[in-house]
Amino acid sequence: MEIATGTLAEPIAPPEPEPPRRDLTPAQWVRANLASTPLNVLLTVVVGLIAAWAAYRLLRWVFVTGDWAIVRVNLKLFMVGFYPADQLWRLWAAGYVMVAAVAFAGGAVTVAVRRPIEAVAGADTPGSTARPGAGRRVLDALHRFWPAVLGVIAILSFTRTLLPTIGVLGALVVGVVAAAAGTRTPARLRRWSPLIVVVGLIVALQIVIGGGDQTGWDDWGGLHLVVSATVAGIALAFPLGLLLALGRRSSLPAIRIVSTGYIEGFRAVPLVTLLFLGQYMIGFMFPNTIEPPSFLVRAVIAITLFEAAYIAEIVRGGLQAVPRGQVEAAQAIGLSPVGVMRLVVLPQALRAVIPAMVGQFISLFKDTSLLAIVGFFELIEVSDAVTKQDAFRGQGLRPLALAFVGLIYWAGCSTMSRESQRLERRLGVGER
Amino acid sequence: MVTSTATSSRPPLWRDVRVLRVTFQLAVLVAVVAFASYLYDNLLANDVELDFGFLDQQAGIRLAYTDLHPSDTVLAAILTGLRSTITVALLGIVLTLVLGTLIGIARLSGNWVVRRVAGTYVEVLRNLPPLLAIVFVNAAALASLPPIQEANTIGDVLVVSVSEFGVVTLASDGNGWAYVAVLALAVLAAVALGTWRRRVEARTGAPARAWLWGGAVVGAAAVIGYVALSAPVVLSRPRVEGLSVVGGARMGLPFVAVLVGLVLYTSSHVAEIVRGSILAVPRGQTEAAAAIGLSPGQRLRHVVLPQAFRIATPPIINQCLNLTKNTSLGVAVAFAETMGVTNTIIGNGQPAIPAILVAMGLYLVLSLSISLVANVANHRLRLVER
Repeated sequence: MEIATGTLAEPIAPPEPEPPRRDLTPAQWVRANLASTPLNVLLTVVVGLIAAWAAYRLLRWVFVTGDWAIVRVNLKLFMVGFYPADQLWRLWAAGYVMVAAVAFAGGAVTVAVRRPIEAVAGADTPGSTARPGAGRRVLDALHRFWPAVLGVIAILSFTRTLLPTIGVLGALVVGVVAAAAGTRTPARLRRWSPLIVVVGLIVALQIVIGGGDQTGWDDWGGLHLVVSATVAGIALAFPLGLLLALGRRSSLPAIRIVSTGYIEGFRAVPLVTLLFLGQYMIGFMFPNTIEPPSFLVRAVIAITLFEAAYIAEIVRGGLQAVPRGQVEAAQAIGLSPVGVMRLVVLPQALRAVIPAMVGQFISLFKDTSLLAIVGFFELIEVSDAVTKQDAFRGQGLRPLALAFVGLIYWAGCSTMSRESQRLERRLGVGER
Repeated sequence: MVTSTATSSRPPLWRDVRVLRVTFQLAVLVAVVAFASYLYDNLLANDVELDFGFLDQQAGIRLAYTDLHPSDTVLAAILTGLRSTITVALLGIVLTLVLGTLIGIARLSGNWVVRRVAGTYVEVLRNLPPLLAIVFVNAAALASLPPIQEANTIGDVLVVSVSEFGVVTLASDGNGWAYVAVLALAVLAAVALGTWRRRVEARTGAPARAWLWGGAVVGAAAVIGYVALSAPVVLSRPRVEGLSVVGGARMGLPFVAVLVGLVLYTSSHVAEIVRGSILAVPRGQTEAAAAIGLSPGQRLRHVVLPQAFRIATPPIINQCLNLTKNTSLGVAVAFAETMGVTNTIIGNGQPAIPAILVAMGLYLVLSLSISLVANVANHRLRLVER
């Protein structure tokens, strides 16, 4: 019944095979990559023609035949659902706070990771410490974040005023400034940078729900709902998963059995069933005297309980990877059991599983699409609702609306997955 | 003096590790039991009975492509849904493994075009929610496929229309099972023959050619059995009659949407696993194989692929498990699988919480059986290291 995650995790694929370093002439390159054998020539022609035809059809659909009015008219629904227009500043403000907090922490973490690497590598790569020019750095950033940039540009291309564009550019400036501030933080303050994200989260939450009952949680919708559910899910499921992982590795049999039962049980059922059960049952987990939690809270609880089981297995994989000698050495210098965990084991375990953890966060982001099934005004549900409007009914526009939704999800997941691969290379996780 | 040694050998209760261990475990157990009993009491207090008697009541629903009658019980309806879940999961797993392996290998191709196309496929589909894939396939089919009166028939093997699909299948006329039995015996004989040939090879050095011998046995049995049982299986070709497909395997659009959506999504993950596993085989293995004079094909078949297969098996089984659980997303396109049927039944006024618990129990059994297979396979495939 028990599956060892260590072996179940997807194998870490080394980076794409490097092209040969020799400088090939175009003719040589074509011969090596496209026409090394007669069969290869055939393959190139057939696959190339099919790919070209598919690309032509896709581009034609996007830029010529597709009538994107359905997205342009309903952009607000896709972005924030029925959020009141006069309260929208709250979302912008919360977004700015989050961008600033995450960029600051990101800058601090990057510099903390980079320093030791440069200290080692600096000697034989003298050019690495010299800062590249501004144009070069913008190009690098574009190359690094192009899925996100593509997504944002696509969304902005549907706006009818300049305000959102100015807002996004402003957020970009705030992000760059905060990241720069993060890299300049003194080393002894740097370890508190994760705390900045937590504080940012709390402040952002206060700004968003500060509107009181004007903006009921159950009326949230669109991208705003998806992002909120993802952030809440990550923030709640991570601590719970950590506790469950420690519980499963505990030497106390009762704790181990409870944790193992929880993890295996929640991993064996689909999230859909939990979401349905949560909608019906979570209300009964609270006394009748208080008002039952809103539907969104129930859904977030169901998502949290589900994802925590997966996060627990990832953390357990990391815990197993910490050599026993580390624990013994920590005990030998007289650390308490809590100290051994907090100061020696967890930092190594969590560092080793960052890529897998980001992978799980991507899954969580994708899983928020399931909110559509239990009746939330989630992106997929919006795409259904807009095709039922008088202006767009019965014209077969659903694929178009779904393609827009797909682009948003793809941009988010793709960016996170590329960043995780980059982090994996920098941490050298796969190489030890 | 005596008292002081007694106190130093026995720490006070609140610092005695043994006492703390027991107390902490008891506290957690009490908390778990208390929460469960509180929840149960609260459910009863709100008139929610955890009574499973409703399973014997009439379901009163029909499900497309099943012989479920409205007078059948709720349990029968849910089990019919479970059968749909298993059908789409099995079919999906087979298609996913084939497509995923092909694309994973294509990503490592020496041909730039093939490599790029496979890479695009993986990078696009891997980063989309599976629900979106299913809903998109459904919506695209609704928007572009012809109605059943103008259905596309492709070479008598495939009928495509917006309401119904048909695929050519094998059908039998009574002797089918006898033919299957003959083939099964032939396969057993082929395995036995292969084992014997390998022993001979080990003893004398004469080439085993186990696949050749086995294939010949199975092929001969297939031909002789076909003639002797006077054509026991025939091709059943689908065709349109009136407003439905007749012959072959008939499928509704929800089934096809779930199947295609999940195969597209899961195969992108399987492709990454296949690629990663092949790359994870140490280079030294290929070089050593080259050094003892194996051809590129032999290196791949005898050295790289067996090891890659071993690395890939556990995560691929994990993906199969994911695909099985993701069939529950069929709810979104009204596919009548376990969760969909449960949802319909709840809509008909059956108690929601017990019904969902039944569905969860079925998924639990399904997942745990796949995990069991995974663990047995994992154990058998494990490299025995010295």
